[in-house]
Amino acid sequence: MSEVHRDDTHVSHYLCIGCPLGCRLEVEEEDGEIVEIRGQSCKRGEVFARQEHTDPRRVVTTTVAVDGGRWPRLPVKTAGDVPKGAVVDVCRLLHGLRLEAPVAIGQLIAADALGTGVDVVASRDLPRK
Amino acid sequence: MITPKPAHLQPRYDVVVVGGGPAGLAAAVGARESGAERVLVIDREPEAGGILQQCIHPGFGLHHFGEELTGPEYAQRAIEQTIERDVDVLSSAYVLDVAADRRLKVTSRDHGIAILDAGAVVLAMGARERTRAAIRIPGERPAGVMTAGFAQKLVNLGGLLPGRRAVILGSGDIGLIMARRLVLEGVEVEGVYELMPHANGLNRNIVQCLHDYDIPLHLSTTVVHIDGRERVERVTVAPVDDSFRPNMAQARDIPCDTLLVSIGLIPDNELAHRLGLRLDPVTTGPVVTSTMETTRDGVFACGNVVHIHDLVDYVSEESTLAGRGAGAYATGTPSVPDNVRLTPGENVRYCVPPTITTDREHTVYMRVTKPMAPCTLHLGDVYKRPLRYVFPGEMVTLKVRPRFLEGFHGGSLPVSIVPREEGGSA
Ligand SMILES: Cc1cc2nc3c(=O)[nH]c(=O)nc-3n(C[C@H](O)[C@H](O)[C@H](O)COP(=O)(O)OP(=O)(O)OC[C@H]3O[C@@H](n4cnc5c(N)ncnc54)[C@H](O)[C@@H]3O)c2cc1C
Ligand code: SF4
Repeated sequence: MSEVHRDDTHVSHYLCIGCPLGCRLEVEEEDGEIVEIRGQSCKRGEVFARQEHTDPRRVVTTTVAVDGGRWPRLPVKTAGDVPKGAVVDVCRLLHGLRLEAPVAIGQLIAADALGTGVDVVASRDLPRK
Repeated sequence: MITPKPAHLQPRYDVVVVGGGPAGLAAAVGARESGAERVLVIDREPEAGGILQQCIHPGFGLHHFGEELTGPEYAQRAIEQTIERDVDVLSSAYVLDVAADRRLKVTSRDHGIAILDAGAVVLAMGARERTRAAIRIPGERPAGVMTAGFAQKLVNLGGLLPGRRAVILGSGDIGLIMARRLVLEGVEVEGVYELMPHANGLNRNIVQCLHDYDIPLHLSTTVVHIDGRERVERVTVAPVDDSFRPNMAQARDIPCDTLLVSIGLIPDNELAHRLGLRLDPVTTGPVVTSTMETTRDGVFACGNVVHIHDLVDYVSEESTLAGRGAGAYATGTPSVPDNVRLTPGENVRYCVPPTITTDREHTVYMRVTKPMAPCTLHLGDVYKRPLRYVFPGEMVTLKVRPRFLEGFHGGSLPVSIVPREEGGSA
């Protein structure tokens, strides 16, 4: 969420996820530069707001189709976080795959997903049926 | 590749664990550590791991393993620990009955009906989800109404979608996690509806599961009617007033084919009832001692069957203790009887365990009734600790060290959490 003010400052709102207090954070920007971060009750909130505002990232978890396994799906995850905007496309890429059991935990499922530099790996062993 | 040893059933075990979720697996390891030779874990699913196998999202293990894992990764580590310690795991097997003399009746794919005797039993059956019936939503009974956890199992293990357009009732973590999960699988999620004026799930899930995908969260609103002949065709939602009465003048119909209900978990205590265990009216789980022993000798309990946990890490910790207690019982080591009763005082709903000893350290888990920040936790007048905050959704843990209780020779200790003035001393 964000709003543009008349004086060309720009305020974006975030909910801090650092602890259950859930501080409502505001990031004020002027000419593309952060000038103030408000609303946090501790340092973690400021770090979070800065990160969410400039480069929000997420770990992606989904499943991939598998033939011949104990379950028809294998849970997978990105080995690190990817830009938030890439999450849906990474899932789409993974939905197009079809693997053959067995699969071992940590096994590489997709290298450098969508050029993010982050690999997708298996979250568990999946033995044959 | 992990391949648990197939169980060649024996007529007698030192310790039999009912349920192979994180609680049962940790209990089995604890039992082996305390000297039990033959330990068997029984689970009705085709594999151990419990609910974790379907929780494919990250958020597990920060305390216990020091890194953030997905549910299946945590489960795999827990299973590996049992393999290393020669624990037998019998899967696709259902425990029908546990008698007071610790004789179990088990039905399984591989062995039919079997009778087993155990030196000690650990109950680790986990929890069930509250269903639509628990809140009595009026209307028809079409297909497409299910608990969020069941939908999670369908999607994540079975690769099946529950429908095309879903409404979610309840803002607990399972509901929030499933909202994102469905969107990523191409299902439209119309919104999440919460009866209470505040969300129940973690802020992290509000942000990463709802805000990230522009899924609206409607507070103080509930589903008042379900329509559809064979399949859900629409649900009716309405805002509620302070006493949770729906305002039908503002009711609104939402066309959808799926309603997920995520309205909480309750300990699965069918076997506890059959055993005639004393249950705690607040947790609805068995009353336990500081070694997690129930009111029946040699029958222990741990995990979600005792009280609902939000962090699996604490489940593992508590269950290791239960397993150690069971192992000690089975090998004839008597336990020290508890001599301190912890009585819930202001803003404390319950303490597990409700009784402890003065001779060693105990971890006490508690839940609060209402949010408070900042506040102070008081253990009678023998110990106090300042806390930045407490929330009903987050379990409070307290390590009670013997030195806190020096000079205290037993009896009751009230546990309370009271507001603290900012800047003031605890
Ligand atoms: C959707 C969801 C999200 C969660 N997210 C997180 C998170 O992000 N981080 C976190 O730390 N924790 C999370 N948790 C909590 C954590 O997963 C649970 O606290 C933990 O799994 C409880 O472990 P348990 O062994 O007591 O129960 P369960 O995992 O439910 O295991 C119980 C087992 O007992 C078996 N069983 C039951 N009755 C019988 C019987 N009669 N015979 C044989 N077998 C039986 C069942 O098949 C099951 O395998 C989440 C839970 C859910 C449901
Ligand atoms: S800013 Fe600090 S106190 Fe506020 S929610 Fe974030 S972590 Fe918690």
